[in-house]
Amino acid sequence: MKYDISLTVNGDTYNLAVEAWQTLNEVLREDLNLTGTKLGCGSGDCGACTVIVDGKSVSSCLTLAVEMDGRQILTVEGLAPSGETLHPIQEAFIEKGAIQCGFCTPGMELSALNLLETNPRPNDTQIRSAISGNLCRCTGYNKIVDAIAEAGRRMKPQSKARR
Amino acid sequence: MPAAQFDYIAPTSVDEAVAALVEGGRDTRVMAGGTDLIVKIRHRMLFPKCIVNLKRIAGLDAITADKKNGLTIGATALLADVAAHKGIRRHYPTVAEAAGATANVQIRNMGTVVGNLCNASPSADNAPTLMAMAATVDIAGPRGIRSMPLDQFFQGPGITALKTGEIVTAIRVPPPVAGSGTAYHSLSQRGKLDCSAVGVGTMVVLKGDHCTNARIIVGACAPVPMRTQAAEKMLIGKQITDTLVRRAAQKASEETSPITDVRASAPYRWKMVSVLTIRALTDARKMALRRQ
Repeated sequence: MKYDISLTVNGDTYNLAVEAWQTLNEVLREDLNLTGTKLGCGSGDCGACTVIVDGKSVSSCLTLAVEMDGRQILTVEGLAPSGETLHPIQEAFIEKGAIQCGFCTPGMELSALNLLETNPRPNDTQIRSAISGNLCRCTGYNKIVDAIAEAGRRMKPQSKARR
Repeated sequence: MPAAQFDYIAPTSVDEAVAALVEGGRDTRVMAGGTDLIVKIRHRMLFPKCIVNLKRIAGLDAITADKKNGLTIGATALLADVAAHKGIRRHYPTVAEAAGATANVQIRNMGTVVGNLCNASPSADNAPTLMAMAATVDIAGPRGIRSMPLDQFFQGPGITALKTGEIVTAIRVPPPVAGSGTAYHSLSQRGKLDCSAVGVGTMVVLKGDHCTNARIIVGACAPVPMRTQAAEKMLIGKQITDTLVRRAAQKASEETSPITDVRASAPYRWKMVSVLTIRALTDARKMALRRQ
């Protein structure tokens, strides 16, 4: 049996019919072609599938799509909606060399956003704790931590300007 | 590999959820955060025909925490919300710490304290503290509602006292008595992220430095989160000293029956029960002295 849902992804509303067992990750990647969100372990350990639902970071591999009726979802594609100007988090990741293979990057960036929106000037410990659910097998984390600290410094004036 | 197939219901009241569970029987599974259930389905440990999602039931995520009436955590209250709740952090700090020490950020944003308990893992991070604080569970089922002490709720690994059609609607913690202190210490391979290899939750009640009550609960070292009552008895009625804490911790270790598995060996666990019990009793004692 299919279930009708309406969800908003990166500002666009989609009306979909999904199976109960489809995960949000499958719907994003396979039905909406938003392949920026990765699938790693499939059991909530690696964080590669992290997306933001109603302002909170979650593992899309453990979230049923049918639960997402009426929810607002942000994926890595939504960080730079124009496709031209990058989000400060993305800029900082590039500049600090926080990306190697790139597979963990979408999840890392959304975990960073989840942290920086409530705490724009986190210390090292807070950053490491915020990305403790995101595994990276390339960089050794130090550059990612540097990038998130730098992004926090850049995001603060920007959010003031928006107000 | 194709996904296991199931139907889905999102009831808007507890009665509807109970009715759906009664009708579906053993093949119907209740879901709060889904962070354990979906993993079990993915790993082919469970093959439910229907999932009943509790998260659309209004008010089931309520948290009330004050010093007079105790603490109530609703079935769908998120681990993240419990960890950050001001009233819980102020009056029941160890409950917030244990919730904050469960899994990682994403899982805490999805999973619930009650769900952690209902999965009945011997290593459940939230069980030892809540058992130490003499928590009770509110249960709704086809024959109405009932309540039971949390330390009778766990029956074995993955097994609870819930009967068909029953769900836990909330967990209740009595108000903290004067002179009481609590602490939780755990160990796991990836910091606090993965299942704990050992966890110890304690509550001590002191009058001066005299212990009038003590509860020590060890996680992941027996088929269920376990009260070490012989160790508790060594403390009750005594003047608490560092030496007595060490002896009680040793006794607690002797009472447990850990196994060797992927997370730790049995000998290591025995040793760590003693170490963590010393730490937890020491911290609980400090808090109890502050709260005189």
